[in-house]
Amino acid sequence: MADLHQLKRTPFHERTSRLCLPQNWRRWAGCIAVGSYDLGLDREYWAIRNHAALIDVSPLMKYSIEGPDAARLLDRITPRNIQKLAIGQVYYTGWCDDDGKLLDDGTVTRLGEQSFRLTSAEPSLRWLAMNAVGLQVTVTERTEQMAALSLQGPKSRAILNRCCESSLDGLKFFRMAPNTLAGRPVTISRTGYTGDLGYEIWMDAADALPIWDALIQAGHDYGITPCGILAMDMARVEAGLFMLDVDYTAATHAWIPGQKSSPYEMGLGWTVNLDKPGYFVGRRALEREAREGSAWKLVGLEVDWEGLERVYGEVGLPPQIPGMAVRSSLPVSKDGRQVGYASTSTWSPVLKKYIALVHLERPHYEPGTRLDIEITVEHRRRQAPGTVVALPFYEPEWKKK
Amino acid sequence: MTAAGTYDAIVIGAGHNGLVAAAYLARAGRKVLVLERREIVGGATVTRELFPGYRFTEFSYVVSLLRPEIVRELELPRHGLKILPLPSTVTPLDNGDYLAAWDDHDLTRRELYRHSPRDAEAADEYSRVMARAAKAIKPILGLVPPDPSSLGWKDLRRLLRLGRYGASLSAQEIYRIARLTTQSAADLLDEWFEFDPLKGTKSASGIIGTFLGPRSPGTAYVLLHHYMGEIDGAFRAWGFAKNGTGGVAEAIARSARALGVEIRTGTPVDKVVVRGGRACGVALENGDELRARVVLSAVDPKRSFLQMVDAQHLPDEFVEAIRSFRVRGSSGKVNLALSELPQFTCLPGEGPLHRGAISISPSVDYIERAYDDAKYGRFSQHPYIDMIIPSMIDRDMAPPGHHVMSCFVQYAPYDVEGGWDDAKREAFGETVIGTIERYAPNIRRAIVGKQVITPADIERMAGITGGNIFHGELLLHQLFFLRPAPQWADFRTPLPGYYFGASGAHPGGGIMGAPGKLAAHEILKDWR
Repeated sequence: MADLHQLKRTPFHERTSRLCLPQNWRRWAGCIAVGSYDLGLDREYWAIRNHAALIDVSPLMKYSIEGPDAARLLDRITPRNIQKLAIGQVYYTGWCDDDGKLLDDGTVTRLGEQSFRLTSAEPSLRWLAMNAVGLQVTVTERTEQMAALSLQGPKSRAILNRCCESSLDGLKFFRMAPNTLAGRPVTISRTGYTGDLGYEIWMDAADALPIWDALIQAGHDYGITPCGILAMDMARVEAGLFMLDVDYTAATHAWIPGQKSSPYEMGLGWTVNLDKPGYFVGRRALEREAREGSAWKLVGLEVDWEGLERVYGEVGLPPQIPGMAVRSSLPVSKDGRQVGYASTSTWSPVLKKYIALVHLERPHYEPGTRLDIEITVEHRRRQAPGTVVALPFYEPEWKKK
Repeated sequence: MTAAGTYDAIVIGAGHNGLVAAAYLARAGRKVLVLERREIVGGATVTRELFPGYRFTEFSYVVSLLRPEIVRELELPRHGLKILPLPSTVTPLDNGDYLAAWDDHDLTRRELYRHSPRDAEAADEYSRVMARAAKAIKPILGLVPPDPSSLGWKDLRRLLRLGRYGASLSAQEIYRIARLTTQSAADLLDEWFEFDPLKGTKSASGIIGTFLGPRSPGTAYVLLHHYMGEIDGAFRAWGFAKNGTGGVAEAIARSARALGVEIRTGTPVDKVVVRGGRACGVALENGDELRARVVLSAVDPKRSFLQMVDAQHLPDEFVEAIRSFRVRGSSGKVNLALSELPQFTCLPGEGPLHRGAISISPSVDYIERAYDDAKYGRFSQHPYIDMIIPSMIDRDMAPPGHHVMSCFVQYAPYDVEGGWDDAKREAFGETVIGTIERYAPNIRRAIVGKQVITPADIERMAGITGGNIFHGELLLHQLFFLRPAPQWADFRTPLPGYYFGASGAHPGGGIMGAPGKLAAHEILKDWR
């Protein structure tokens, strides 16, 4: 029985709690989510990059949006052209307030002509309802009724092909198709939060456990590994994917204007479709920003290992690297003047580089720019040099193949 | 300037050192050709599909010493290098129990405490002391050894650098290093520990690749040599390479090619061509001659100097030094294709032990006795075995549900009594499987394919004279300014234009790449 005075448990809790022996739990959207199943993150991280990681992503907010005006509603709130979204296709998008500042980001899936699924990090029912005024559309929250698993890694397709009724071979990047798994109806989208080959499996919460079991069984010979959100956090930085409340603040939660971010600033310019007909929330502000340019931008920073060796070497130590992604703000400067900050940084085991998602003032965000990031070495602030790079840091050739 | 059709450098041998050297020369803008006898690159750093779907790290099987700066400078991750964690070592014991070292400090301590509370505490201190000693000695890996007898400006500068480095060490560190380089692994471990299986397992890394037992002086250094990889901690150069060690060679080769290196496989070199007292190219076995400003040999010292170059071009004392260089092969490999995982009676079922190393090293005596056999020309009747199951770490190594297992075995002397033949190889393989069977009874039933490699096979297949995995043992009298020969430890040779940069050079073997890199740098210096 779920205790009303405790955080929610996901539909997979019976399985995940037995495996989460280090009791490393994290909060995620009012749920408890496994941080890691091992004492370290190595095995789970490498499952994402070399085999297949099974991640419980049920806490994601899920909404079904249906009715003759469903497409119109989504077209109105997101900067993407939803009219062009084909049935069985998925769009990643952010959405803004009328000042063109991000409220949230997530995926829109077209399940049918008049039927969509929206995922988000924050509760969005009120925002959807406000924008649905006058439209023929029904918005239903499905967060608790639907369970979701993310299967990420180069072996994910082989595993699904072993346990799904229909082959996944034809399913392209950011497409979705209904399927049957363990005799239960599911939808599977080729999406994820790791930048690797991967799929997300959406199911009725009541079917969660048999589907988990079927995947674990089918994946055994392919090295399937239950994986917590901390290893995923490292992978998503490598993939250049940002996170609400870590890398940006929702406009509605911001105390001061400086805390707000636009899609352009967050590197989501490619999702802003100013050519689409009609009004959408934030349009005018985004048009202005497109015209005038953005004051700053989210890009990548690769820290020089030699620089790390030097600053640590000054005190006689080899570079010390944290075992997980660091979610604390680190100043980034040019010639001693601060020009931005890192919001998440991590050691990348696959690239063998220290990398950071950095927010930089114009013009310092151009790839190739040399900057310094602040690190603390033996209680003293030091500057380690690095180079601005375009995101993502890592994209294996099999991701979109 | 190079004339058309000639190269700045020809590298003999596409082992990992040859490829590293070629890549560094090309990175400096030079035109480089690598010639490899076999159809594949890698030398002893290869992965081969011996049975359909089963891929084997035929010779070397883990990566521990690969220099992080080589990984970075040659951008090996971009060219496909991935080092996967190899998180544990489990030693099955004769009483049905086991001894494990896991990848978590508290777990390992708790495990050790089960066997000896005293050792559990000592192990902490020991690993700190060894790590500090390794950290202290590590800079030497990147130094060009000076010739202590020479008063040349180059050597004086190198000596000065070494002296400056020595001055940075505390007296305690210097004494510790002096003892470590002369002690036996067993003596060192006796100072610290009481639990014999722990001493046995730790001493094993002191004998790898040498023709010595854990009680032979000098083995403590080999043990330390294996600790070097651990200091790179965060960078993690230690583990199992994706696609096996062949994955390392492939990544270096891709990097080299991207830098413009030409690699010709299936092209055996017969001789180094000498004109006017200078190496000026190579003659291939097919009779073709290729010209280059310099030739770099990345094969073993004996082949480099006793076979590839006519003795008339080299001074007698040098030839003599190379002749007496110890390259006694002492290790073998048994590579198994398995239809199921080996089930160890000490830890039944599938578990974390299958993802790490499994070591048959129940005591120091056990390993010393294994050495006794080898001293008198027999392969060990009860050998030390270091096993890993690559297919558990990288599923691409075997068909789904099936496995490959790599068993490194010591001792298998190159000079086995009566010489190696098929019957003896078969008997050696049988001894190894019989030994494993005592701890994992299902092993025999699980075998669907088998490859047994003796030092004679290493010599024949990988072309390493004597079949020594380090191209020459890591003995004190064969290290630093004595490797491969006195006065010629700076990657140059008595033959002008001929350079030497493989595991037989400083700082030695293992998939380190340092000899190749240092040799390339010395060539570039001579061109300046």
